[in-house]
Amino acid sequence: MSLWLVLAVNSVTLGGLLFLLSAGFSLIFGLMRIPNLTHGSFFMLGAYLATALIRRGFDFWSAAVVAGLLVAVFGGVVERLILRRLPGAELAQVLVTLGLSFMVADVCLMVWTGDPIQIETPRALRGTTAVGSLAFPTYRLAISFIAVVSAAGLWALLDRTRLGAMIRAGVDDPAMARVVGVRVSRLFTIVFCLGAWLAGFAGVIGGPILSVYPGLDQEMLPLALVVVILGGSGSLLGSLVGSFVVGFLYNFGQAMLPELAYVVLFLPMLVVLVVRPEGLFGRQAL
Amino acid sequence: MVLTVSRRSFLVGGAALAATWPLPAFAQGKPVKIGLLTVKTGPLAQGGIQMEQGIVRFLKDRNYTLAGRKAELVVGDTGGNPAGTKTKIQELVERDNVDLIVGPLAAFELLAITDYAAQAKMPILSLAAAEDMTQRKPNPYFVRASATSSQFMHPMADYAAKELKFKRVITISEDFAFGHEQMAGFQRVFEDAGGRVVKKLWPPLVTPDYTPYIAQLSGVDAVVQGFAGSNPLKFMKQYKDAGLKLPVLGGAPACDEALLKSFGDEAIGVISCSAYAGDLDTPSNKRLIEGMVRDHGNIPGLYAAGLYINGMVAEAALEKTGGRTDDKEALIKALRAVSLTDTPRGPFRFDHFGNVIGNFYIRRCEKKGDKLVNTTIKTYKDVSQFWTYDEKWFLAQPVYSRDYPPLRS
Amino acid sequence: MKRLALAAAVVVLAAAPLWVGGTYYVNVASQILVYAIFALGINVLVGYAGLVTLGHAGLFGIAAYAAARVMNGGAGHVTVAVVALAVTLAAAAVFAALALRGTGLGFVMITVALGQIVWGVAYRWISLTNGDNGVSVTGRPRPLGLSLASPAAFYWATLVVFLVTVAAMAVFVASPFGVSLRGTRDQPRRMNALGYHVWMIRFLAFLFSGLWSGVAGLLYLYYNQFVSPQAVALTASAEALLMVISGGTGTLLGPIVGAALVVVIKNVASAYIERWNFVLGAIFVLIVVFMPDGLVPGTVRFWRWLTAARRPAAPAAVAPAGD
Repeated sequence: MSLWLVLAVNSVTLGGLLFLLSAGFSLIFGLMRIPNLTHGSFFMLGAYLATALIRRGFDFWSAAVVAGLLVAVFGGVVERLILRRLPGAELAQVLVTLGLSFMVADVCLMVWTGDPIQIETPRALRGTTAVGSLAFPTYRLAISFIAVVSAAGLWALLDRTRLGAMIRAGVDDPAMARVVGVRVSRLFTIVFCLGAWLAGFAGVIGGPILSVYPGLDQEMLPLALVVVILGGSGSLLGSLVGSFVVGFLYNFGQAMLPELAYVVLFLPMLVVLVVRPEGLFGRQAL
Repeated sequence: MVLTVSRRSFLVGGAALAATWPLPAFAQGKPVKIGLLTVKTGPLAQGGIQMEQGIVRFLKDRNYTLAGRKAELVVGDTGGNPAGTKTKIQELVERDNVDLIVGPLAAFELLAITDYAAQAKMPILSLAAAEDMTQRKPNPYFVRASATSSQFMHPMADYAAKELKFKRVITISEDFAFGHEQMAGFQRVFEDAGGRVVKKLWPPLVTPDYTPYIAQLSGVDAVVQGFAGSNPLKFMKQYKDAGLKLPVLGGAPACDEALLKSFGDEAIGVISCSAYAGDLDTPSNKRLIEGMVRDHGNIPGLYAAGLYINGMVAEAALEKTGGRTDDKEALIKALRAVSLTDTPRGPFRFDHFGNVIGNFYIRRCEKKGDKLVNTTIKTYKDVSQFWTYDEKWFLAQPVYSRDYPPLRS
Repeated sequence: MKRLALAAAVVVLAAAPLWVGGTYYVNVASQILVYAIFALGINVLVGYAGLVTLGHAGLFGIAAYAAARVMNGGAGHVTVAVVALAVTLAAAAVFAALALRGTGLGFVMITVALGQIVWGVAYRWISLTNGDNGVSVTGRPRPLGLSLASPAAFYWATLVVFLVTVAAMAVFVASPFGVSLRGTRDQPRRMNALGYHVWMIRFLAFLFSGLWSGVAGLLYLYYNQFVSPQAVALTASAEALLMVISGGTGTLLGPIVGAALVVVIKNVASAYIERWNFVLGAIFVLIVVFMPDGLVPGTVRFWRWLTAARRPAAPAAVAPAGD
């Protein structure tokens, strides 16, 4: 019985991490229609930058925030200099975002060598927390908490602020938003930076569990895509639910159906897409 | 952004040296060309970069002169995939006319080029551990001075059963041939010594989170893991985070010396078996470690040491052929006849398949000061790839795999 | 004029083994042709149908694995080719039936999922595929009794297949079917209203695309004499897609140029530039910045701009006389 509980808690943890990663991807795709294939690189870059910051004396949390900000700046530059020249040119967007991810991966390899680097768990969150007779890793519980807080913060931002209203308007109908005077250009940059920040931050938060190594970007990107497909793009709730669905599928699938470990995410995604091409929560055709 | 141009022709002090050195009569004007197939980009780059460091370190130690001939290294980056490896070996053989090849890193890279190399009669000195390369489908031009996948797991299993007195274990390793072969080797020896493997877990090679598997580790005396690359780091961290306290045994890459600087305290107590031991007290090992620390600020692991040793094998063979490389049959014969006493892995020789017979070291990971070190706790001497089994019997069995030997019910 | 250029190009290509300098470069040229065939196949969907696929390495790999299995079963090379292509077409039909349930990103992700499932099978179904150790084969076919063992012979055989592919593509693009396919790309609703069976058109285009991916997969196996799960991986699909996009989608020459670019950087430039991955990425970014619709259309436009910039001088002088 306890195996199920442990798996369930881990599902929530992984779901939380995936939410931080995919919320930005979903917002960017929902608002700007850009399939940002550098998103996995943002995740990895955030984690690498944090290791450099921590070595220079930052503590874990400030490193997470600052590394996220640095990634956001990078994302902003990419959006301003390149992506905004390519509205609607999806193939060019695919080419340039994948090209950038090659460059980021190679720069990381050059700067941080190929050796894996571990990010230490913050001191206060080491060890396990007892819940009844079961012991759960404290840090994993903390990740779930961070994800929930971030989700609430994002929801408040989107639902309660003027900026959020503009973003929502942009997602629903970009043309209309432009007509009513939303400065779409600046909005795009803000959303792109926000998405990049979330991905970079997620990379740091995931660091104590995943550590950082070459190839981390390619491992995370497909997960973000699956989440967005299952949840539907541009919807925060969709991302949240999609993340937890993926978290549960991954944990229970790998443990209970080890023979299907390779297709445990892609098979359900295929079924969902074939039966419901707009995704589980998609409001619009993808 | 610095783009290093790397058609590396390391010809150090060539002209000056050649002028004063009493060159033997055979010495042709052209240098010995060593081709290195390795992975320098992408997810497998970690081990591949260390391989290059190891062979470069060796050539520097010899001042780029082997058996009186100047030596030149040509590096081919395979990118870690079989098609790329094929193209790169063609480049090294057909365009650069190398005399012998060291590398590649991964078994699937080696398997993609073995037929080509045999046709080209190109000697290959590789770390890739694929069992059948020196067993059921041998390549006559292949030499392996490191180990087969199971060669270090046999002594590990012997130690686990006889010294640690473990009775029941669960194995967990990446779901690819190297993992399968390691765990199968452990299983055969462990069960022949009275132990029992009760469960075998195979997470895919790319598994961000091992917890679904870690949650199933219980009810046994120990966990045997065969992870490689950066995965041991992730696995051990998640293992300790889950609060598990079972002893962990591992293969050579699971607690490799080069990984120790990346590990945290979770690696303390891991017992592993490898063809290399950082604390081995031989002059050549001291020299290797000093050189690596000086050049790269890090101690060498199996990949760097392995390539350094391959360099020593090549040198010994060249000395025997009088520096000649044009007769490939003579060269491969000399390579396989090499027997060395002072190497970073201790004394070794080759069997008639070209696979190493040498020492294997059981090491325990410990903390000394603020650093992790592997301390050798037992040395198994003269270990062959067939362990203590009869060669004919061994080869008559199927090759080690995911399902062989099967779990006993 | 155009025919002359074409004939000249064929002659230059046919003579390649004589001028590229060494068997190594002949082999690189063969690889360029193999990947060009693959890219041309993908271009049918990406360029002419407007359907982006990231799963075609699955079809490519299915052809290679099927051929390897049949060949190791002792079959002759005609049987090998027929079976491999038949299996690939069947797989393409399944891929198409499932993927065409979605459009846009949905279509892309279904192809990703299908490709990943093929990859999972290649990895995990060890009795069929030998897992990550891959399948080795020996021997290349001997069409008309000619041995293809030497690099040059294999190159010429590949060149023949390549020329057939290009011809087939040219015919396809100019055919009524090709026109209607482009119609479904630009105006799917209108095509539907005009009575075209949009789904069927796309389905057939998928099969056509899959067929050439299979041909490329078969050549890949003959070239490498080896196939393993890496040939089927998502990165392989992505790489082929990048070839098509960087060269220019919806053009005949684009995928060929893109294939040459990627193969040369990966295999030749990587010998000189240690950070070749960075360079490849940077080239992709530069292409997008300066020629967003790809190298071939971008170069054509640049050429027109150059000639247009030179020309105005003359007409301007003539113009008053015409008044």
